[in-house]
Amino acid sequence: MPIPTGAERPQKIHPLPLRLMHWVNAVAIIFMIGSGWQIYNASPLFGFSFPPVLTLGGWLAAGIAWHLAMMWFLMANGLIYLIWGFAAGHFRRKFLPISPRAVLRDFGQALSFRLKHERGVYNAVQRLLYIGVILAGIVVVLSGLAIWKPVQLWPLTTLCGGYFAARYVHFTAMAFIVAFIAVHVLLVILTPKTLPSMITGGQMPETQP
Amino acid sequence: MNRRALLHRALALGALAALPGCDYENPQNPDLADDFLHAMSWFNDRVQQALFNPHTLAPTFSPDQITQPPRFNAFYDISDAPVVDPATYQLELGGQISDKTPWTLQKLRTLRQESQITRLTCVEGWRVIGQWSGIRLADFLRRTGADTTCRYVSFKCADGYYSSIDMESALHPQTILALDFLGAPLTPPFGAPVRLRIPTKLGFKNPKSVTYLAVGNVYTGGYWEDQGYNWFSGS
Repeated sequence: MPIPTGAERPQKIHPLPLRLMHWVNAVAIIFMIGSGWQIYNASPLFGFSFPPVLTLGGWLAAGIAWHLAMMWFLMANGLIYLIWGFAAGHFRRKFLPISPRAVLRDFGQALSFRLKHERGVYNAVQRLLYIGVILAGIVVVLSGLAIWKPVQLWPLTTLCGGYFAARYVHFTAMAFIVAFIAVHVLLVILTPKTLPSMITGGQMPETQP
Repeated sequence: MNRRALLHRALALGALAALPGCDYENPQNPDLADDFLHAMSWFNDRVQQALFNPHTLAPTFSPDQITQPPRFNAFYDISDAPVVDPATYQLELGGQISDKTPWTLQKLRTLRQESQITRLTCVEGWRVIGQWSGIRLADFLRRTGADTTCRYVSFKCADGYYSSIDMESALHPQTILALDFLGAPLTPPFGAPVRLRIPTKLGFKNPKSVTYLAVGNVYTGGYWEDQGYNWFSGS
């Protein structure tokens, strides 16, 4: 059975599978970050702790329970997204081509508020950040598994540079994802018309002949 | 604060708060967050049992990597660690074990001793490396005629702590009843006179000052496990 592709409904900005996966991911990542910060606070890696009000669970046991429960939703959803993204041509259509020149150009325009939002088309900075956050998602999952099961999944732990280093890898990937979410949400606030399309699918502009 | 109250707080912070069926006021009623987390923890136990490979060894280290000074950790202050008289100590046995004669420390010392330099990883995220030696639990279970087809090995401790592990992990070659730590008999803060040392599980699955060991098919939980920590907690 062929996997449904976004190409069958070219008029939608965001096809239905993408919208479903986006919101499952949004809920899962909020739980993962909140519970992850709870776990971090039990044994901080750096000279700070997260404010308790921003953490989930109330104490370590509940934080871990949430983290190890929601990880399955995050991982399953992420895996389906990766398979769908490649199989449906979503990554190729939306993220490619991308060049350093285009990234610099669009970044410069964005800083001077001259970058136009085009419906259904990502600019080069967006493309780079979306690819980056997908890679960070892969790193955060693999390093998380390395911390969870350093004996049974030892090759992953070795890949991360050992148990101690894996916590830093996991933290760094989390920090990148949090920074991405901050920018992502800020841009949605600045361009509110993008929000409904992630719920309804939106309409692509009429294509020029 | 009890666990249920804390989970309620967790719920209030989470998006699940919007779901119907959550009962914040009446702890007698089933709680959605509790049920969900219990179900997922049960699922995680099964996943970890499936991932467990009896031949995969926990990493071992060289003597110069041993953490000095050793780190004390318990649910009480170091001054409250139980002091067990080694002369009168007895390890009592229960459940599906054919020879339940209690073991003195002297008698335990006559069994073959194994030494290991392994990492103890705390559920909090920190880890220390130490050197323990003692009796392979697998040897001890066979010697006492334990039914190793049972699912659980349970432990009770002099400090009121208790825990239980799966039989597969109990039979792992690195799972030992440790008598010595850093080349000398265990001291009270570190679990004298006998502690479980199981480097394939998190630190809290290594009960100290063990006074009772039983084999059986009835789940007996544990001090932290009953408060919400994952039971298998394998590394």
